[in-house]
Amino acid sequence: MENNSQPKYGFSAFASLVQELGDTTKNNEKIAALQAYFKSASDKDKVWVIAIFSGRRPKRMVTSTQLQAWCAATVELPEWLFSECYHTVGDLAETIALLLPPPLEIGSTTLQTLFDYLATFLLLGKAEESEKKEFILSCWHHLDTAERFVFNKLITGGFRIGVSQNMLVQSLIDVLQIPSATIAHRISGNWDPAKTDWATLFADPTNGMDDSKPYPFYLAYPVEDKWATLGSPDLWQVEWKWDGIRGQIIKRNNQLFVWSRGEELITDKFPEFSSLLELLPNGTVLDGEIICLENRPNEVATFTTLPFALLQTRISRKTISKQQLAAAPVGFIAYDLLELDSIDCRHLPMKERRQTLESLWKSRDLNKSIAFYLSPTINATTWEELVAIRLQARLVGSEGLMLKRVDSPYQVGRKVGDWWKWKIDPFVIDAVLIYAQKGHGRRSNLYTDYTFAVKDGDRLVTVAKAYSGLTDKEFVQVDAFVKANSIEKFGPVRTVKPELVFEIAFEGIAASNRHKSGVALRFPRMNRWRTDKKASDINTLADLKQMIAAYH
Amino acid sequence: MRNPNHSQLIQFTDKGFYCPQGDFYIDPYRGVPKAIITHAHSDHARYGSEHYLCHRLTKPLLQLRLGNNHYQAVDWGEKVLINGVEVSLHPSGHIIGASQVRIAYGGEVWVASGDYKTENDGLSQAFEPIPCHHFITESTFGLPIYQWKPQHEMYAQIQQWILHNQSNQCNSVLLAYSLGKAQRVIEAASVVAKQIFVHGAIYNSQIALQAAGISLTDVQQITPETPKSALKNAVIIAPPSVDGSPWLKKLKPYRLGVCSGWMQVRGNARRGNVDAGFPLSDHADWTGLLQAVKATGAEKVWVNHGFQSVLARYLNEQGIEAAEVKNEFRSVPTLPSTTITDDYGE
Ligand SMILES: [Zn+2]
Ligand SMILES: [Zn+2]
Repeated sequence: MENNSQPKYGFSAFASLVQELGDTTKNNEKIAALQAYFKSASDKDKVWVIAIFSGRRPKRMVTSTQLQAWCAATVELPEWLFSECYHTVGDLAETIALLLPPPLEIGSTTLQTLFDYLATFLLLGKAEESEKKEFILSCWHHLDTAERFVFNKLITGGFRIGVSQNMLVQSLIDVLQIPSATIAHRISGNWDPAKTDWATLFADPTNGMDDSKPYPFYLAYPVEDKWATLGSPDLWQVEWKWDGIRGQIIKRNNQLFVWSRGEELITDKFPEFSSLLELLPNGTVLDGEIICLENRPNEVATFTTLPFALLQTRISRKTISKQQLAAAPVGFIAYDLLELDSIDCRHLPMKERRQTLESLWKSRDLNKSIAFYLSPTINATTWEELVAIRLQARLVGSEGLMLKRVDSPYQVGRKVGDWWKWKIDPFVIDAVLIYAQKGHGRRSNLYTDYTFAVKDGDRLVTVAKAYSGLTDKEFVQVDAFVKANSIEKFGPVRTVKPELVFEIAFEGIAASNRHKSGVALRFPRMNRWRTDKKASDINTLADLKQMIAAYH
Repeated sequence: MRNPNHSQLIQFTDKGFYCPQGDFYIDPYRGVPKAIITHAHSDHARYGSEHYLCHRLTKPLLQLRLGNNHYQAVDWGEKVLINGVEVSLHPSGHIIGASQVRIAYGGEVWVASGDYKTENDGLSQAFEPIPCHHFITESTFGLPIYQWKPQHEMYAQIQQWILHNQSNQCNSVLLAYSLGKAQRVIEAASVVAKQIFVHGAIYNSQIALQAAGISLTDVQQITPETPKSALKNAVIIAPPSVDGSPWLKKLKPYRLGVCSGWMQVRGNARRGNVDAGFPLSDHADWTGLLQAVKATGAEKVWVNHGFQSVLARYLNEQGIEAAEVKNEFRSVPTLPSTTITDDYGE
């Protein structure tokens, strides 16, 4: 809204940008805002903006508890009232920005640019708490509400303003005048915004700069019913869709790097892959899936998948013990080759890349390892056959099929047309709503975060939390029910009369001793509100245990 | 000794606030023999009572909304005796005609605030604190995150937004409750727009108010006959209920702005297709509520209509005796999602 007042510089320009990005849901408007920003901002600030919007933000320098306490003390509010505000707003940075009194001395600071602020954050990273507090309070005093919000976001981490890598790339084309695939490549990977300047970031990487730099992933779209329009099945390479984490393995200059799709370097988490340092030639980049699996003894190059929940135990840990390695063995299922002999081969057709990948596998004896597999391809001559094969997915521990056009290059980001995912239908159960909590962001005034239970004898056991899948109108209705039918209020959580039944869909189910019920559901969400059902009609815990038995 | 009967002068019943000594209700939820109406918003002025008492500026609005009934119109400060209870209305600053109700009996004074705002909006008669023993306050925005910017700053933001849309060849559609908020937004917009188009609901309110002798900007109603060519870089004011309706289609290309205190929280502003949220409210903000409560000097405060438990608890901790008005029978009318589609006064 303030985009038409006089031009802003430095940190205020960044704050306005964040506000504009947050105010619109339209991608072309977001790109326009970014373009305008990149045209006028200083190089030093631009580097930080790219870093922040691609998830490379500085470490958080304070905890949210500290911030809450400092704010509550500044505005002289009791803690309970601060929490009420926080629950209503749903965002700590915004709550604080709204509670603080109007700024006293706007602009009376030596910090002017985004770069200045971030340099100070880094400087204070290890300072005493009192020093951090003094800095933050003084910033609060001279920033306006919109700037405080952005400032708080920066020090607590966590911008969710819907800027994808693709949009960032699109908005940089104008100022950089280089192809989008090149931009995407330059801004991905392992670089430190505090030590990288604009020129270096976009310099030609073939001058041997960063061996770890990954390629942007090509992501598939859900095919839904469109498979019927895709032409002959021979135009497609069909594979199982694996339920793990997408990964890229790079060997360059005798170093090995493993990247996740979230552009996180995870090499150290998977010691299983270290043998690739021997096995792969220099200048190789593989794309594939990291999953928990067990090698099938006596069968060459076959494996049994293990539940995703096991993989989570590996991702969440910093260091991994021998026991964990044994309990949750991990493998890499390779499905694409992006670089060979230090040459980017993404422009080659899928078919050719696959052939090259297969010969690499053979020449390097990779099929002898228990941690590396080629993603099996599925041969079928008709779509009817594929429809039938897809239904078998759960039995091989996969979540459906992938369709990749045989003559397509490896593209950047999520592009429609060449790669499709064809997932099997989710599991569904009926469960009853028993706890509700207020939502966040745009639903911050409504009870929209729910916990659901199934029957276990005459008791109810919670099995899932979900906060998506209903329409705004339904959320309003459930919200009204929650308010009128609370049995108990427990902090922000309301216990609700067990009456409303919902169909819960989920992608996977596994036994879990971390959950009271003994089962863990993967990606649960509300499929629909079963107004036709009563609480007595819901599924039982025994039903869920049967599902586990049937698929593992 | 005050109020020798020892029962509360105002009781909270399933039909609303009831004064047993005077045998009348304030803003009853259902039809009653005698109703005192604080203002013409639909969550306060309901159909079905035999006799209505209200401010003289509220009367034409009630006629517009409830049709012809037995209305008794009074001026602010004019004392009326009902079964020995002294009743008078005093400006609440909420919308045109909006009043607080002062009730005195046996030496005890109660004031029911109705909806109020403490900032003078230049259209409604400004809020006046009335000394009393018991004060029933609203609490629609009873949380410290709700602190309004001064009206002139909000008006400037709205005007800037309109100018910006005009430079992008877009219509500016502003959603505002048809009674109260719309009149303020029309005044704000008239500074930058020669002509102001409005939805029928707002047109009717505007005409009724003008007919009652209030000087307001003339507006143009959008009808099926309005040519699309007339709506170029135009300003259009509509009630929140048009959001998502086909009525908006004709206005393309447009930007959508919502004027409501709920827009204070960014998440609410981002609901749906809203392009801009302007936290402009007809209710008191947190500071306003606290000031109003203190200014009455009341020995007991009853908190109603919104964040009852929060405000009551806070007042108690500040040494002011306060209690929530518990009322099971009334739906909570203060959530953005429910009010945004309905023409409540927020
Ligand atoms: Zn009201
Ligand atoms: Zn009202």
